[in-house]
Amino acid sequence: MSGAPVPAVCVVVGDEELLVERAVARIAAAVREEDPTTEVHELAPGTFHPGQFAELTSPSLFGERRVVVLRAAQDIVKDMVPGVLAYAADPADTAVLVAVHAGGAKGKALLDGLLKAGAHRIDCAKLTKPAERLEFIRGEFQREGRSVTRNVAQTILDTVGSDLRELAAVCAQLCADTEGRIDEAAVARYYTGKAEVSGFTVADRALEGNLPDALEQLRWALAIGTSPVLITSALARSLRGLAIAGQPIRGVGEGEVAKRAGVPPWKIKSIRQQARHWTAHGIAHAIAVVAETDAQVKGAGTDPAYALERAITAIVAARR
Amino acid sequence: MTAAGVFADLVDQDAVVADLRAAALAAADQLRGGPGTGMTHAWLFTGPPGSGRSSAARAFAAALQCPDAGCGHCDACHQVLAGTHADVRVVRPAGLSYGVKETRSLVLRASSSPTSGRFQVVLFEDADRATEAAANALLKAVEEPPPRTVWLLCTPAPEDLLVTIRSRCRLVRMRTPSNRAVAELLVRREGVDQRTAAEAARAAQGHIGRARRLAVDDEARTRRLAVLDIPGQVDTLGSAMLAAADLVQAAERDAASTSGELDEAERTALRQAFGEGATGKGVQKAVRGAAGALKELEDRQKSRATRIKRDSLDLALLDLAAFYRDVLAVQFGADVELSADPARVRAVAGASSPETTLRRLDAVMRCRRRIAANVHPQIAAEAMTTALFTG
Repeated sequence: MSGAPVPAVCVVVGDEELLVERAVARIAAAVREEDPTTEVHELAPGTFHPGQFAELTSPSLFGERRVVVLRAAQDIVKDMVPGVLAYAADPADTAVLVAVHAGGAKGKALLDGLLKAGAHRIDCAKLTKPAERLEFIRGEFQREGRSVTRNVAQTILDTVGSDLRELAAVCAQLCADTEGRIDEAAVARYYTGKAEVSGFTVADRALEGNLPDALEQLRWALAIGTSPVLITSALARSLRGLAIAGQPIRGVGEGEVAKRAGVPPWKIKSIRQQARHWTAHGIAHAIAVVAETDAQVKGAGTDPAYALERAITAIVAARR
Repeated sequence: MTAAGVFADLVDQDAVVADLRAAALAAADQLRGGPGTGMTHAWLFTGPPGSGRSSAARAFAAALQCPDAGCGHCDACHQVLAGTHADVRVVRPAGLSYGVKETRSLVLRASSSPTSGRFQVVLFEDADRATEAAANALLKAVEEPPPRTVWLLCTPAPEDLLVTIRSRCRLVRMRTPSNRAVAELLVRREGVDQRTAAEAARAAQGHIGRARRLAVDDEARTRRLAVLDIPGQVDTLGSAMLAAADLVQAAERDAASTSGELDEAERTALRQAFGEGATGKGVQKAVRGAAGALKELEDRQKSRATRIKRDSLDLALLDLAAFYRDVLAVQFGADVELSADPARVRAVAGASSPETTLRRLDAVMRCRRRIAANVHPQIAAEAMTTALFTG
């Protein structure tokens, strides 16, 4: 951002905290570059009044620059909105207003008003796709002047999890601790294991009949604190998909079958593949096992982990 | 009302009515300064669901407040039966359980003197919903009662209550009313024709409230028929799973339709009580303070919705269990009145063995137990319908 003048009004839109922090810090740094005496003022909703906002944004006696950060702009009280919008339409040249907005429907009027007044928009939405996270990891290394392969980035993602703050910290740590190339061995020296295993991974392995893998994934899932209830519900959901969508239903389209089974349409093909190893009675038995296990993990048994292991063994055994 | 007064609507419970009537007379005697032998301060009404436990308790409450021991036409009788009498407090737990906090405030209220100079009556329906701590709080009140307070507790079986409470109560056992008596009541009270009444009474198997619903509410009849379609439907695994989904969805719709409107109205009322929409100094602060109370209300509403959902599902499961009982009866050649359509029962009976029927009955009852034990309703229902499929 250095070089170009900082826009007088910015909105940082999104709920990914780390990215929001960085965007705000970047703006503040850019303004400081122009004027090292710049003061940064943080305003949170509920703690400031209209007068304070006007005071901070109006030109000061000594002409020093200010950055006014309006935190959680979606939560500010209604009476304040016109004041902020009026300022945004005619900003002072000594102050930079940064409104941080979580996105979403709350306080949308303020966001739209600011954008209409010509505010500079910076998007910081949560990363949802794995590919975006991999990109983020590689970007982190690039910031430090290092580079990693896709596989290394994937290893980091697997072992650390998807929280961006943690990922950023891990990347910085790896850069500081490792000389030369950062490869999978270097990552493995500091980080091992699995950070995120969903119940569905466990269920998929079990339905495929891969007992050792299913049990391993189950242990990982429990070790990182996945609730046993989520695992039984994932098992139930997968079995439901298998029972309903496993065989084509006469006179019913694929899309409708997927809807009834509660699975995404693209999954039908892999479900049919799984279904070749299952009989109707086998599935019925597996469903009975899951129902009993759900009771066990909800207090009818003493050890949820044991109940789940038994369930997975029984489910694998129920295959053809 | 007839000569039977407030007890007229207790179906097929002659022994109970005689007891309660005698107790009401004894209570009147006590008020006049007599010994009042035959009256006591704590009563436990037990009996199968739908046999009229709470109606009996309510009628007894009316008899206690009535100067004429339950004439059925004085102000006191009307007020009690309409639920507006100042000295009769009816507690009907709407959620999954009844907590100790609520019980303590109930005990406090119960110990005040009656405004009418007769009795302070607390009618606790579904007392088995009281948590252990709540039951202990109740015990203290039942153990050392204020002179004019009468506790009327209702549970399906005496064993549902703490033994210490049970031993301090006089037991009133309701019996399952006969189908004939229930049908008579339906004809007399609801004005339905003989055939519908008899059919509803048979289907409800002694559950008076359910019989009434089935007799007057088309929706309830349709739902019952849909449930009884299940035994004929579960011929493939897929259709068994879909039948389970339908069952759970119907229960969810019940919960949504009953609690949905109620929820919004309650939330609005609470927000208004905290000053929403008002103007003036300090209003905003007050409205913000409503968040905690609102959260508490939402928790209660959620508990209530879960309970409605479970109750509705349980009703369907009982219908299903009764159907398989009929099937078993036909298979064994027992000469009993069938609760469901005989043609359908015979079709299923002819296609399966008694062993299979017993296994299916087990599956239905297991499903009921599991739902009560907090298993996800859909998972429990699927395990049941697939078990019906495998036989």
